[in-house]
Amino acid sequence: METELKEILNDLKSLQNSFSDPSLHSQFDKIRCRIESLVSLAKSGPMHRSKVKDMSAEVVDSNPYSRLMALQRMGIVENYERIRQFSVAVVGIGGVGSVAAEMLTRCGIGRLLLYDYDKVELANMNRLFFRPEQVGMTKTEAAVQTLSDINPDVVFESYTMNITTIQGFETFMSSLQNKSFNPNKEGSGVDLVLSCVDNYEARMVVNQACNELNQTWMESGVSENAVSGHIQLLVPGETACFACAPPLVVASGVDERTLKREGVCAASLPTTMGVVAGLLVQNTLKYLLKFGQVTSYLGYNALKDYFPTMEMKPNPQCSNSACLKRQEEFILAKPARDAAARTKIEAEALSSTESPVHADNEWNISVVDDSEFGVTNTGSSDVLPEGLAHELPSADGYENLPASEETSNPLDDLDDLRKQLETLNAEKS
Amino acid sequence: MEGWDPTTKSTLTQIPLLTTKAGPRDGAAWTQRLKEEYKALIAYTSMNKSNDNDWFRISAANPEGTRWTGKCWYVHNLLKYEFDLQFDIPVTYPATAPELELPQLDGKTHKMYRGGKICLTVHFKPLWAKNCPRFGIAHALCLGLAPWLAAEIPILVDSGMIKHKDDAASSSEV
Ligand SMILES: [Zn+2]
Repeated sequence: METELKEILNDLKSLQNSFSDPSLHSQFDKIRCRIESLVSLAKSGPMHRSKVKDMSAEVVDSNPYSRLMALQRMGIVENYERIRQFSVAVVGIGGVGSVAAEMLTRCGIGRLLLYDYDKVELANMNRLFFRPEQVGMTKTEAAVQTLSDINPDVVFESYTMNITTIQGFETFMSSLQNKSFNPNKEGSGVDLVLSCVDNYEARMVVNQACNELNQTWMESGVSENAVSGHIQLLVPGETACFACAPPLVVASGVDERTLKREGVCAASLPTTMGVVAGLLVQNTLKYLLKFGQVTSYLGYNALKDYFPTMEMKPNPQCSNSACLKRQEEFILAKPARDAAARTKIEAEALSSTESPVHADNEWNISVVDDSEFGVTNTGSSDVLPEGLAHELPSADGYENLPASEETSNPLDDLDDLRKQLETLNAEKS
Repeated sequence: MEGWDPTTKSTLTQIPLLTTKAGPRDGAAWTQRLKEEYKALIAYTSMNKSNDNDWFRISAANPEGTRWTGKCWYVHNLLKYEFDLQFDIPVTYPATAPELELPQLDGKTHKMYRGGKICLTVHFKPLWAKNCPRFGIAHALCLGLAPWLAAEIPILVDSGMIKHKDDAASSSEV
């Protein structure tokens, strides 16, 4: 486009020269000015940066990682460049997931796996990240378009599907297990799963997959009234899983009875979602790059600017069998964990003569004591810190419905029952 | 059972309860659960018919019984409005309820998530969670879809968002 405009400029010049009438000159000049401004517009068009082989700490305007590598120089992070080895799966590319994905992309994460089955709608424009011209595209497709422009060094994988269906779940599981990006990695193919979905059903599915794969993950959520949110770390066997107790939510302080729900399912604010995405990725960076304290639960009450935290032990009566298996493994691994903790304390005692003891970075190595398995999450709300509440009741206390009859009889024949229903269905109402 | 109208409440208590806690990935246990689902659906459908309140048809769309399709209808001002009904049994079933979809109404009401999934009341999920694994598909229809249709269809019709299929002609089906 730029070259073509320049050719037009040349043509215009020769045309102008062929006219001797000076009264026409000002008109020619006007046209020339307009073309010149188009030339400069064409020059400033989209710029695409090329891939970078190594993260450089050099402080120059052209280095996309200079400010991140400065974290290493300042001693906050020991080895920032490790971030390029990590794979993070972001489940749900909505108001929280898309922003979290952008943050990780800008931080230079190695690989991002993106899951969503939804399309971009105009109704999403009150949130960050997606742009009006992307309306109609799948969220995964639109996200990869924007993110690979921002940082072409990141490897993107997108999965446009619903993980709660049987087929979607199988694809989800196998995508998490694929190790081709980092074949030497222990465990699954990803370092962390971030759940950024907006419903209980999908969270339970992420929980199921992570319990089965022994995969550490983080949960995030924003309330339907848009004024509270939370993030939570889940380590199978070690912390409470999502099914161990009814989900914890931050009480917004708004009386449920005065909350008007007529005509809407949910409200949303870019601010609350942005804050929660920021908290989630901050915790992710701390977990992956091993700095600071990784939080196990952090709530956000936007109306009162209150941030409750808490820790939750797994429930030995959890209804999820994969969770129970992980709990058993965690208990069996206790001696090895204790030995590792002892070695670490000794090593620190040795090095402490040279440097002051810094805060314990390892969130997961607790001081060895008998209380390790003492506090368990029973799901009762009296142990919750102020400002937190359970979203759903536990399944153990059935509401006593006077049952007419129960349906269980192993002698029933499935085909027979199916035919019975079909016969009923075929009858005229 | 706070927050439910007396009809829903009494209907619900007459639907047989399920006992097997199994989802579609649980092999033989799922087959057992599926039998219980059928028994509850048969009982609920027969009950509706005998009470002159027949309002849905549902059948498994695959042999595994993980996808269900059918119809549901609602009579408003003596006219019958009928809609396709579909849903998948989630992998985490019965800990989580199936998300009922009315694809023809997608985008026509705010009381719906994208894809035509109906937006359930604040009372549904707590009751489902409390009664896991005793509630099944029939209970989800009774507690979720029936109240939703009763609340939303009159609004959709009166606001002109949905029209009767043979607007003027007398409906012989009803
Ligand atoms: Zn658990």
